Amino acid sequence: MRIYADNAATTSLSPTAKAAMMPYFDDIYGNPSSLHTVGQIAKEALTDARRRIAAVLNCAEAEIYFTSGGSEADNQAIVSAARLGERGGKKHIISTAFEHHAVLHTLKELEKEGFDVTYLDVHGDGLITAEQVRETITDETCLVTVMYANNEIGTVQPIAEIGAVCREKGVVFHTDAVQAAGHLYIDVQRENIDMLSLSAHKFHGPKGIGVLYARRGIRLTNLIHGGAQERGKRAGTENIPAIMGMAAALEEAAAHIEENAAKTAALRDRLIAGIGKIPHAALNGDAEHRLPGNVSFCFEGIEGESLLLLLDDKGVCASSGSACTSGSLDPSHVLLAIGRPHEVAHGSLRLTIDHNTTKEEADYIIDAVTDVVASLRAMSPVWRDLRNGKRDYII
Amino acid sequence: MALYSEKVMDHFRSPRNVGVIENADGVGEVGNAKCGDIMKIYLKIEDDTIKDVKFETFGCGSAIASSSMATELIKGKPVSEALALTNKAVAEALDGLPPIKMHCSVLAEEAIKAALKDYYDRNGIPYDAADFPAEPSCAHCETGE
Repeated sequence: MRIYADNAATTSLSPTAKAAMMPYFDDIYGNPSSLHTVGQIAKEALTDARRRIAAVLNCAEAEIYFTSGGSEADNQAIVSAARLGERGGKKHIISTAFEHHAVLHTLKELEKEGFDVTYLDVHGDGLITAEQVRETITDETCLVTVMYANNEIGTVQPIAEIGAVCREKGVVFHTDAVQAAGHLYIDVQRENIDMLSLSAHKFHGPKGIGVLYARRGIRLTNLIHGGAQERGKRAGTENIPAIMGMAAALEEAAAHIEENAAKTAALRDRLIAGIGKIPHAALNGDAEHRLPGNVSFCFEGIEGESLLLLLDDKGVCASSGSACTSGSLDPSHVLLAIGRPHEVAHGSLRLTIDHNTTKEEADYIIDAVTDVVASLRAMSPVWRDLRNGKRDYII
Repeated sequence: MALYSEKVMDHFRSPRNVGVIENADGVGEVGNAKCGDIMKIYLKIEDDTIKDVKFETFGCGSAIASSSMATELIKGKPVSEALALTNKAVAEALDGLPPIKMHCSVLAEEAIKAALKDYYDRNGIPYDAADFPAEPSCAHCETGE
């Protein structure tokens, strides 16, 4: 048996998306830039996909740029806004401490160039406020970039409120919506979003394809130079099969967004209640302003990698923010940003379910996590010290 | 998972010598919770021989497997042999560890040395200080702080 509970890492390809892709591997292989019929058929498909994606986000076709995924879209959005700001003498950027590395590392590069970046403190509940953004904007600010929903702890930020502040102040607002697109209702006009990144494989589309939405009037800076594809802003022959799969997956997700969210959130809450019964376990991030599929816990006295390996033995695929699983020396910057000390950040578990998850699977996961946490604690000197009062419980 | 050898996974899934020895003759604890791994070794020593050994570990899969293997390698052996155990021997007995996990075998070696030092100290047995690291190293996390 295998239960996949790592949908924030990637999702399975939906049969609808796969079916939408297949003709473009076979009969419709043309290059949309070609003048002949074979090319023009592919171009029609490309235009159609762009129109459908624009309709879901409530923007214009000309505002959709296809990229290789969320990371490229984040990089291009941020660099573009920085270059625009620089031209007007503005070199201040506002972001948060718990963005995805695609955003944080791009900002670090800009800091080396002399940009001043303010990383807003994230509250213990995993949220920032529009008021924090308002207080931090100066005459020098050229960009506010705040993620729509956090990839590790699933907290959903007040995007429409932040968008309203940015619009009022005349500052470009970008949001990394990689975890939100296809799961939450997004309307770039209503929410005053100027730029948005999304990635198809997070909503049951194919890997290696994403979108940068950029509001008309925002001049993009090329990361990839060459041909005139994507209105001259992203060179390279379009990945038509992936684009068609993404359009189909996004439309499918949007058509079922409410029922999927309701079903998934009910199981999420079942998981949170069940796992929450484990002593000295704490939910990471606000319970209410949360992605429908995200369950994130810290457990006292154990380490995350051993937890994942034992869960994998029981057929449960999950992830963790421990240093051992991140490949770096420190545990997750997200858990540290919400104030979890290193000691408990090492003992974190992220389960990300979707609408395909069943109640039986959720109950199995609860039992598996409970067993594994108990068996690891039974051999943990830290847990012994906590129980004997030689060390203080943190959570 | 392909991250670890079968031997590592075997010792991780079914760790040998887990537990505590009441009235141990030597106890050693190394690492810290902030780094994400702590190993504690308990020794029962009779006639200059490791009669029994138990461990408790807070840490990743390779930390648990390294502790388990280290206890197997010294159990029933003369104290001098236990003292000579190297992290390399632990890693080799596990059919290797990924490079970023080698510090787990270092912790296992240091935990055993710390327990032996405790045994010597308790019994007033003279020893060569050069055999023991002054401050058990936690290099991987010192550089990360």
